[in-house]
Amino acid sequence: MTHVQAGRSKARAGSREAALTRQDRIFYTVINLVMVLLILLVVIPIINVIANSFSDGNAVASGKVTLWPVDFSLQGYQTTFENKDIWLGYGNTIVYTVLGTVFNLALTLIAAWPLSRSDLPGRSPIMFFFAFTMLFNGGMIPTYLNVQQLGLINSRWCLIVLGGISVYNMIITRTFFQTTIPRDLIEAAELDGCSELRFFFTIVLPLSKAVIAVITLYYAVYHWNAYFEAFLYLTRKELYPLQLILRQILLENTITADTVLEADMAVNYNLVETMKYAVILVACVPIWCVYPFVQKYFVQGVMIGAIKG
Amino acid sequence: MQQTALKPKKKNAGYRLKRAFTRYWQLYLLLALPVLYVLIFSYKPMAGIQIAFKKFSAREGIWGGDWVGFHYFLKFFDTYKFWEILRNTLVISVYQVVASIPIPIILALCINCIRNKGYKKTVQMLSYMPHFISTVVMVSMMMQLFNTRSGLIVLLFRSIGIEIGDIFASPAAFPHLFVWSGVWQNAGWGTIIYLAALAGVDPSQHEAAIVDGATRFQRCIYVDFPVIVPTMVILLIMDMGRVMSLGFEKVYLMQNDLNISASEIISTYVYKIGLTGSADYSYSTAISLFNSVVNLILIILTNIFSKKVSGSGLF
Repeated sequence: MTHVQAGRSKARAGSREAALTRQDRIFYTVINLVMVLLILLVVIPIINVIANSFSDGNAVASGKVTLWPVDFSLQGYQTTFENKDIWLGYGNTIVYTVLGTVFNLALTLIAAWPLSRSDLPGRSPIMFFFAFTMLFNGGMIPTYLNVQQLGLINSRWCLIVLGGISVYNMIITRTFFQTTIPRDLIEAAELDGCSELRFFFTIVLPLSKAVIAVITLYYAVYHWNAYFEAFLYLTRKELYPLQLILRQILLENTITADTVLEADMAVNYNLVETMKYAVILVACVPIWCVYPFVQKYFVQGVMIGAIKG
Repeated sequence: MQQTALKPKKKNAGYRLKRAFTRYWQLYLLLALPVLYVLIFSYKPMAGIQIAFKKFSAREGIWGGDWVGFHYFLKFFDTYKFWEILRNTLVISVYQVVASIPIPIILALCINCIRNKGYKKTVQMLSYMPHFISTVVMVSMMMQLFNTRSGLIVLLFRSIGIEIGDIFASPAAFPHLFVWSGVWQNAGWGTIIYLAALAGVDPSQHEAAIVDGATRFQRCIYVDFPVIVPTMVILLIMDMGRVMSLGFEKVYLMQNDLNISASEIISTYVYKIGLTGSADYSYSTAISLFNSVVNLILIILTNIFSKKVSGSGLF
């Protein structure tokens, strides 16, 4: 039976292939060309960065490197990994990302579940209470004064606690709960005497791995890439996250004493150019390694987020 | 029987509140922490907005200081920079909204047509890559690519005999640089929402079109495209509502003394007035309040408009 079905569908697929008209073949060729163009546009700048990072400083500075390393060298990476600031920033960012994401997840999930319950009295005003913060905020200085008053200036907690809940992510999560946790299940659990808290922790959360994966990624990427809060609220260098260190190295060209080698200025300049490319990759690669694993949930995540709140 | 069932409704609000609380207290308990958080970190700063109407003194805090009415707002409208800053903000924002609409749509329609699953997934994965680059790294990548000595793009143009010079020093190039680098970063990511809409296309429509002899291109235009039009309209309207909320981060990092006439926008100006130099808290707060209010009005208007046009809005 199944064999026959498989055969039939294969035959159908075959006839569809054969039915490709000349116009269709041209169309698919155009699609492929567009895709190749897209990939090239995305990949070429990145390949250029990779090629430069593995090239010798002199070749980089004189503009010889395009898509393949010239005078292959690991100097760029060596300088990067010898730089104490990079390690410091990396360590700080890992701490901020891990603790911050855990805090974000906790707040988001415990807010989203009650707000996904259409039977909860007072749900709409509480939802508005959250949503209004998306439309209006105190602005830079009042927020700064608030952070100051809370004693978070030059504190590690600053980068963990600030931005604690993204209402956008909360709405995504809430909509996910609304569409995946059946009402019957809630009622059945209630009849069986399961408390609301127990239901949330033992049934809702295990059923929501997809949305948890997506918002974990969103929050983690946010923390990994954040520089604005650190830029405003941190002045002590030992607290700097990676992005602020990167800003110093890449954009302000201030590389601290321990990286400046005792060589002549020209060699130094060239070395710094290669190092910049290596630094760019060192900052991006961790996230590039992670997101493909969550990729299959992206469409789901954005789709439910697009439905109105 | 019916009467007893109706009875609770007739009781006063206090009774209903108590009933709701005894039934749902655990859910309210879960909500307590996030609500408290938002109160402290989002609503409490709003009290600080009053310093826009006061002469702020560090000693007395936000509740002290003398009222000065709309002094700081008028000061802002009077400065010669006002029109320049407003123009820069609007030019960059509107340009960004318009430029970032078509490309994700075309890409999504193309990606949707790919039949091989592995190929499709790979294309998607690569197209998301730039989205995950941080602003700091993105801006420095641009500076490296446009580096007059060794940048790939400069070398490319040089090889065909065009010398583009230092593009970061050119005010005329600033909006293009800002917007198109944003398109490069987010076009792939932007396809997700359209692919989600395209996933909802009824396959029977395609089959019917095939029976009618439609080519794949025709099906793309007449079956797939109409499905994403509502999404496109909503996104466009929402983006227009946000034109005044152009972010600080990327513009600030791309700014320098040479391009400042095209790159000073409201949020960067707010920062400079408030937290650098003489740090005029009141003036800075007034400027950002002006911006927030205009922004809020725009969002509300576009939301009304969106409801009229597409039958759905953000709220």
